[in-house]
This record gives sequence, structure tokens and C-alpha cells, in this order.
Amino acid sequence: MASTDPPAAAVDPAPSAGAEVLVIVAHPELEQSRANRRLLQAARALQGKLAPGRLAVRDLYALYPDYLIDVGAEQAALAAARLVVWQQPVRWYGMPPLLKLWLDDVLAFGWAYGPDGHALRGKDLWLVASTGGPEDSYRPDSYNRYFFDAFLPPYEQTAALCGMRFLPPLVLHGAHKASHADLAAHAAIYAQKLADYPDWPEIDAVEDCIECAVPSSARPTDRVVEPA
Amino acid sequence: MEHGAWLTGSLIYLGAAVIAVPVARFLGLGSIIGYLGAGILIGPWGLKLVTRPEDMLQFAEFGVVLMLFLIGLELEPQRLWSLRKSIFGWGSLQLFGSALLLAFGALACGVDWRLAVVAALGLAMSSTAIGLGTLAERNVTATTSGEAVLSVSLLQDIAAIPILLIVPFLAAGGEGGAGPGWLDAAKAIGTIAVIILGGRLLLRPALRWIAKSETPEIFTAASLLLVVATAALMNAVGLSMALGAFLAGVLLAESEYRRELETDIEPFKGLLLGLFFIAVGMSIDFAVVAAQPFLIAAVVVAFLLVKAAVLWAMARTMPIPQLERPVFVILLAQGGEFGFVVFQVAANNGVISAPVSSFLVAAVTISMILTPLMLFAADRWWIPFLAGGRVELEELKVPQNEPVIIAGFGRYGQIVGRMLFANGVRPTVLDHDAEQIEAMRRFGWRVYYGDATRLDLMRTAGADKARVIVVAIDDIEQSIDCVKMIRSNFANATIVARARNVQHYYELHELGVRLIERETLDSALMSARSALEQLGWQPHQARNLALRFRRHNVEQLAALAPHRADEARLIAAARQGRQQLEELFAIERQQAAERQARAGWSGGADP
Repeated sequence: MASTDPPAAAVDPAPSAGAEVLVIVAHPELEQSRANRRLLQAARALQGKLAPGRLAVRDLYALYPDYLIDVGAEQAALAAARLVVWQQPVRWYGMPPLLKLWLDDVLAFGWAYGPDGHALRGKDLWLVASTGGPEDSYRPDSYNRYFFDAFLPPYEQTAALCGMRFLPPLVLHGAHKASHADLAAHAAIYAQKLADYPDWPEIDAVEDCIECAVPSSARPTDRVVEPA
Repeated sequence: MEHGAWLTGSLIYLGAAVIAVPVARFLGLGSIIGYLGAGILIGPWGLKLVTRPEDMLQFAEFGVVLMLFLIGLELEPQRLWSLRKSIFGWGSLQLFGSALLLAFGALACGVDWRLAVVAALGLAMSSTAIGLGTLAERNVTATTSGEAVLSVSLLQDIAAIPILLIVPFLAAGGEGGAGPGWLDAAKAIGTIAVIILGGRLLLRPALRWIAKSETPEIFTAASLLLVVATAALMNAVGLSMALGAFLAGVLLAESEYRRELETDIEPFKGLLLGLFFIAVGMSIDFAVVAAQPFLIAAVVVAFLLVKAAVLWAMARTMPIPQLERPVFVILLAQGGEFGFVVFQVAANNGVISAPVSSFLVAAVTISMILTPLMLFAADRWWIPFLAGGRVELEELKVPQNEPVIIAGFGRYGQIVGRMLFANGVRPTVLDHDAEQIEAMRRFGWRVYYGDATRLDLMRTAGADKARVIVVAIDDIEQSIDCVKMIRSNFANATIVARARNVQHYYELHELGVRLIERETLDSALMSARSALEQLGWQPHQARNLALRFRRHNVEQLAALAPHRADEARLIAAARQGRQQLEELFAIERQQAAERQARAGWSGGADP
């Protein structure tokens, strides 16, 4: 990082809870990001243009630099939303650690899943991810060995267990090498979809979520561990 | 006619002060010399506007009393207790060492022994008003030399009592026997006991009751009454009024009304102290000076040199940082107002003759006038000479424009500075402790000498361009002054503040500062984590508990900010908050235990 250009103050200006579209951003090195920083800026810019209560942006690494998540505030923001967006870079074929911790802490048993855990039922979940590797690296004959879709089941199943509908992800491959034009186009699509939701052409094709009720006999009643 | 006299008097004093003080400050001479000059100007030897300076002197001495009350307010009993060695050790050494040398010197010159003793004791005293007033004006009360000056001044205040008792006995065939002496001593001790006990037990509830009336002027009246009453009590039993006021101040140093008392008394102190200096200026008897100009010059120079030698030796052994020594020596080398009293008592009792008394008073007064001039010279030539090429203690003069300014580079500011430096940010660092700067420069830090509460200096430091100003000053009052100055002049800069304690936190919060850290909170929490880990908690769990404790604590602190003046409510709310946290943690522990039991795990040493 160039010392002559100190990073702008990263403190979130009062993260607004209680909006229809809730964007959860998780990037551990936002200052080095090319794609996610653009996307975050696009979301914030859009937020200013939309009516209050339409869009909320929560930058997890800015809100919780010490990894101490305010569960109450997060659950309140989730409860108010219709669409939950996870905006993240793909790290080791999964999510950044703070987003995972957010899942562990916020999507609690008895709240997000399990008996009486219906807080998220009927909401939509949309993954907006970027990968460092180019699209053709996610092939059986390349170094990532699997098609990108092969890494999505944990996300899909998380949504399903909570009774959420998993919308088709928006993925930017090869973020390291994407041109400025590509990044700008990608950010524009992102902003457009956030603004249009739920009027997306593809949304009708998405099946309603599968009901996966966890029977109460499956575990000790208030055992809080990750869904297995 | 009474009204007329009162009005003319005010007109003369206020007018002289309003003209002379700004002129003196403009010339860089400090306000004290301005007041003294104004006094000479309007006095019997100047424009003759005032002819009886003694009356005014007596009245204005109350300024010194108020000043000592304020100094006492700054000094918690524990800190005073920790100064006891300095007060009685170094203080006695200064007073009696100087007096002994002066007395022997006088005897060697063939002076009568009685006169030698009286003159030595009187001249060995220093002016509390000038000494502590100058320290406050320069904002160096909290430095090593500042504390040393305070210690010596306090000892002189204490020693004045026995000295004034002894002087009359020096008269050939002195009256009074031992009986009244014992009685007086008993009375004196009784009075001090009354002040200490009364201060401890009665003052705070009384002030609370008065504050409840919510009439600000009555609180001001009560503050003044408190000082006047203590002074009167002490005066009645023949003790130093200033000492009594000082004691009352110390007793109130820990009370929640400290700040209010301070702001109420401060303007009275300033004005009366100014009057006091004016009166000193007026009371110089130029007839005595003109009669024996060379003798008086010789006496002044001789006693200043003797005292300075003793003080310099003390400064070397204490040790006082080299660059603070000139101020220490100059502030205590001059004669003081106690000298006036000693000579007066001696003259009244026939120990010395009236002309000799006037002569000595004139010598003391001249030394008092010389003090600000000597300080001025020391700042110009002596201190830079001592500093040599080694440390350039000149104040920051070249305008800076770094994005960060750190005010105060002690234990706290250093860590902030090092972390910033390590990340390529070069903060402009200010400190006003010469010793500290010397040490830091040896480690290769570029630290500027300067008082961060001064507007012009902060402007030079680039406060109007800085994005962040870290206020890491350890003295609470100076930290508050600094923050106030920044808030009203450099609104562009975000303040990051160090709070010494919760009260300080609240004061900063009230001034609109939001990035405040209490200096011990995080290290204490780390220790709590270590303790939990030693008891068997998992390190990660201890960390989570500490972070949650911290969040709760900080939230609660902010929530209580509006009630900070209401002690009872604060305590109740704090208790309630603690209970909530304890209950929350207890519930979680219970749930965890139940989970473990149900899962069939063994409940081992794990909490």
C-alpha cells in the first residue's frame, strides 16, 4: 500500500437495518480488491438513489474487524429483508472466514433452522462471487479440476435448510485480470439487478425452495452446532 | 464619597492592568511583569494615583490564597502524600540551607546577629505567587521542576508558621513565655484537624446540597465562602491562610465538584493575583533604593547568587532535567511575600529597625521584579546554551503539514506513533516535557517541543490541514484544554483521544469526541483473559468473553454519559449493567452445561 495514499476512512456510515434488499459484503482485504470494491461502491451509490428501506449494505469486515459479531443486529437486518445478498470473493473454494463465522453465529438453530427456526423462510438468497482463476480453470482438465458449480452445494443447501430460495449466482471469474471495462460492466449489472429485484427475467424459472425440516429427534433440542 | 473612592480605585487598577498586561505580553515578557510595571506606574513613585499600597497588598494577598486552593484541587491526597519526601526533604534543604549560608555571609560582613538571622530567613523565602503563577502560565506544573517548585513552596508555607513565631523572641528580652506558645500550637493543630475532618466529612454533602439548588451564582458564592472561611479560620489561630486554602483544595481534589469549583474560583484568582502584583509594584520604596543604590544592588545580587547556588546543587542531585533547571533556579531564587511579613513582624517587635525593614522589603521586591526579566533572558540565552547542539529545544517554527498530529509523546503517544511510523505515516509529534523529548531524540524520534494547548503552535504543527489529531496528553486538564482548542479552531480534524479514567472519558465525550480509549481497559482485559486461561478456559473462549465484556462496557459507558453528573444514578445504572452482564454470562454457562450433559459428554475441568 502506498504510504502517500492512506486508505479512506472505512467506517460504515450507520449501517441501516431494516431494508428489503440486504447486501452482506465480506472481503478480508478490501483495500486490495478489484472486483468487490467496485461492487461495494456500486451498491453504496445505488443505496443513495433508492428510497429509504429499499437497500441496506453491511460490510462485515468494517463492522466487525475484531470478529465480534453483533448477532442481534444481524438477525434484525435479516428479518427485515426479502432478498439477502452475499457479496464475496471465493477463497479456497468457499467463503471468507468472517462470513462463515457470521453464518455460525447468526443463523442459529431455533432461529434460522430447526424446530421454530423459520425466520428466513420464503426469503431469497443471492450469491455474488468473484474468483481469481479464470473461467476455463474451473474444468476437469485444468488446475481447479471441477466446474465452478461443483463448489456451490454448501451455499445451496444452507439456503435450503433455512427455507430460502437460492437464486442463480452472479460470478465474475478471473477478477485479477479483468479489464476496467469488464469490471464496470459487471458492477452495472450488479446494481441493475439490486435495483430491479424481484423483477428479474430469470426469477420465474427458479423453483421454490425445498422444505427441509430438521426433525426434533435429530439432535439434542438446543444443541448449537453447525448443521451436519 | 465612599462610592466615588471605590469607583476611582477600580478605574485605576483595572485600567492600568488592561493596558500594561497586553503590552508586556506583546513584548514577550509575560503578564507578571505587566502587572508589576502597572503597579510602579500608578504607585506613589509613578503617577501617584494610589498612595497607600499597603492596604491593597493585604487585600490582594487573597489572590495567593485562591491560587493555593486551586493548586490543592489539582493534587489528590495520595499524590500529596507521595510528594512528602520532596516537600520536607528538598524543601527544608532549600529554606534552611539558603538561610544558613545567608546568615553566615551576613555575619561575615559584620552584621548584627539578630538582623542576620531575620534577613536570612526572610530572604530565603520565595514568592509562591510568582513561582506557581509562572508555572501555570507556562503550563509546566506537571513536570519534574514544576513539582519541585511546588514542594519547596509548600514547605515555605509550612515553615513560615514557626518562623513567624520565633522572630519576636529574637528581640532583646523577648516577651511571651512558653505557655502561650504551647497553647497556640495546640490551637493550630486543632484547626488543621478541623479542616481535614470537616473537609472529609462535611464539605461534599454540603456542596451537593448547594448544587441541588441549581443556582450557579450561589455555587460560586459557596466556593468563595469555602476558601474565605478556611483562610479566616487559619488566620484566627495565626497560621498561613494560603496553607489552609491549600489543604481545603486537596480535600476536594477527589470530589465530583472539582471542575466546577475550579472554573468558579479561577477568574477571582487571576484578578486578585494581578492586583497582588500591582500592589507589589506600587510598594517599592524608591526613596530607600535611591539612598543606597549600590548597597541594595549588592544585597540583591548576593542573596540571589547564594540561593541560586543552593538551588542549582539541589537540581543536580534531585535530579531535575538539565533544561528545566534554569526555570527552577530562577523561580525559587527570588525573595517573596513571606519575606515582607517576616520583616514586618521583626520590625514591629523591635528586632530590626523600620528603615532596615524597608530596605529589605525593597530588596525582595526588586528581586521579584527581576524574576520575569531573568526568565525572559534564560529562555533567550541560557536554556538554548544548555541545550547546545545536542537537542534543539526550540519550539516548532516551521509549518508542518502531516496528516496526523500526536499531542503528548509519553507512554501512550509513543505506541500510537510507532504504529503509525511502521505503516509509513509520519506524524508531527509534540510534547512539552524537556526530559521526555531529550530521551525520545536519543532514540531517533523527531519530537517538537511545544505546548499542545496553544493555538498558534497547533496551527504551526499543521492542525488546519491534519485529518487526525491524537490527543495523548497525560494531564487531564491539559488534554481537555487541548481538545477544546482543537474543536473550536480545527473542526476539520478528527480527534482520537486518550482518557485517563471514566470522568475524563465523559468530559471528552461531552466535548463531542467519539474516538476515545480508556488507557487501561484493553491491557486489563488481556490480563483477564490470561487469568481465565490459567483457570482452564479455552483461549479462544476467553477472547470471546473479553471482547463481549468490552462491548458491553463501552456501550454502557456511552449510555450513561447523559447522567454523569448524577452520581447516585450513575452508580445504580452501573450496578444494573454489571448484573445484566453477569446474568447473561450465567445463562450461557448453564446452557452450555446442559448441552454437554445431554450430549453425554463428561463435565471435566472445562468451565
